[in-house]
Amino acid sequence: MEHGSYQDQSASTFSLADEDHTLANSLRFTLNQDPRVALCGYSIPHPSEARVNIRVQTTGDPANEVLKDSCQDLMLICQHVRSTFDQAVVDFKNNNGAENQ
Amino acid sequence: MPKIPLWDLPELPKNQLPPHLYLQKTRVFCNNDAPTHTENIHYSGAYAALGVDNSLRLDEFRKNFKVKVIKLNEEDMEFDLIGIDASIANAFRRILISELPTMAIEKVLVANSSSVVQDEVLAQRLGLVPIKVDPRLFDYMSENDVPNQKNSIVFKLHYKCDRGSGERRTVYSHDLKWLPFGSEYVLPTESSSDSTSKPKTYTSFTSSQDSLPEFANNPITVTPGIIISKLGPGQEIELEAHAVKGVGKTHAKWSPVATSWYRMLPEVILLQDIEDDDAHKLVKKCPVNVFDIEDVGRERATVARPRSCTLCRECIREPGWEEKVALRRVKDHFIFTIESTGALPPEVLFTEAVKILEDKCERVITELS
Ligand code: SF4
Repeated sequence: MEHGSYQDQSASTFSLADEDHTLANSLRFTLNQDPRVALCGYSIPHPSEARVNIRVQTTGDPANEVLKDSCQDLMLICQHVRSTFDQAVVDFKNNNGAENQ
Repeated sequence: MPKIPLWDLPELPKNQLPPHLYLQKTRVFCNNDAPTHTENIHYSGAYAALGVDNSLRLDEFRKNFKVKVIKLNEEDMEFDLIGIDASIANAFRRILISELPTMAIEKVLVANSSSVVQDEVLAQRLGLVPIKVDPRLFDYMSENDVPNQKNSIVFKLHYKCDRGSGERRTVYSHDLKWLPFGSEYVLPTESSSDSTSKPKTYTSFTSSQDSLPEFANNPITVTPGIIISKLGPGQEIELEAHAVKGVGKTHAKWSPVATSWYRMLPEVILLQDIEDDDAHKLVKKCPVNVFDIEDVGRERATVARPRSCTLCRECIREPGWEEKVALRRVKDHFIFTIESTGALPPEVLFTEAVKILEDKCERVITELS
């Protein structure tokens, strides 16, 4: 799923099959927020092909490590969103139950 | 803006943006002619020249992120997501619409249909009927799979309008009857003389679905009250509908939400005091009653209900008003709405959507390592 230059580890294009804006745009966000990233962006080469290319250029670190860390960040964000959301729902249900009585 | 020599600029507190840049980063400005500053500034070094770090710190995110539930019932839900980027909020929305699985009718075996609705139209209408069952209890059916009790749900519809009655009859979605034992139609390849074993039908259920604990006292139903067809005197519909698991990407009938959307929180700010006549004018301008008048010796306009603002920009349309009222949107505050079709409650849908995004990340991580 990965192609790019093998001499220069700091710049790669990753091609993800069966993915679209959903993942690529979120990853672009987390990648851009990483200080090690010099440039990143994504494109969908053809709309009828389920595939997205993510370009990552770093200031020196291997691009695949940086991408992996960004995925990790996104996962942590999701986990936090999930726990906060569940707590908010529980609170809402408790409060409303109390009001109805 | 007047020019200020660089050395006269006030010292900025460390790691904090000057107010105008902060506004541009966190708000969309809704001007009379067009919105500006609509883009999100993601790049970590965007403000490096100012000595401000724009990178993501998870502890900061954890501190700022909030969820507020506004409305919640079995079908609808409205909540605020505060402190998250549009790209991630949008990912949740996209997953809700197109990647969460549900069960929907995919195959319709028509034994008899003499109504004016053509078979293919009838099948299409049946497909869109939401089935009230938790899709997590079922498996996907791949191409070579045979339909069994773990991947299919079978419904029967038999409805007849008597010739003698002289009336028209309406067929509703709740006339679909669940068949926990699977299909009742015998395959045409089976010979009728073979009476030693049970004849093979279109499905191969090894056990009845209502013997499963999930469905024992909880028969599978569909959303009632949806008109499927109308029958004239003497007409009849007899068919079997087979539902399988799928996602909204393939066909909208598998989408678990009627729709799901968000809007950014509107922010209405009065840049100067608006009093007396002007205040009354302003209150009249707004079609959704955002403004009120308070009495402080003189009458003064206040922003009472900014949340209901639709950003129609009527209040700043006339010359001169743009200097008095500022309309903005908060870039990281989303008013998120989910309308479920009934398979799962909306709060479960959202947590499932977040889980799917996590799975996607995990997939990339495993492929990279
Ligand atoms: S933009 Fe429209 S809805 Fe919003 S405050 Fe102005 S007039 Fe009211």
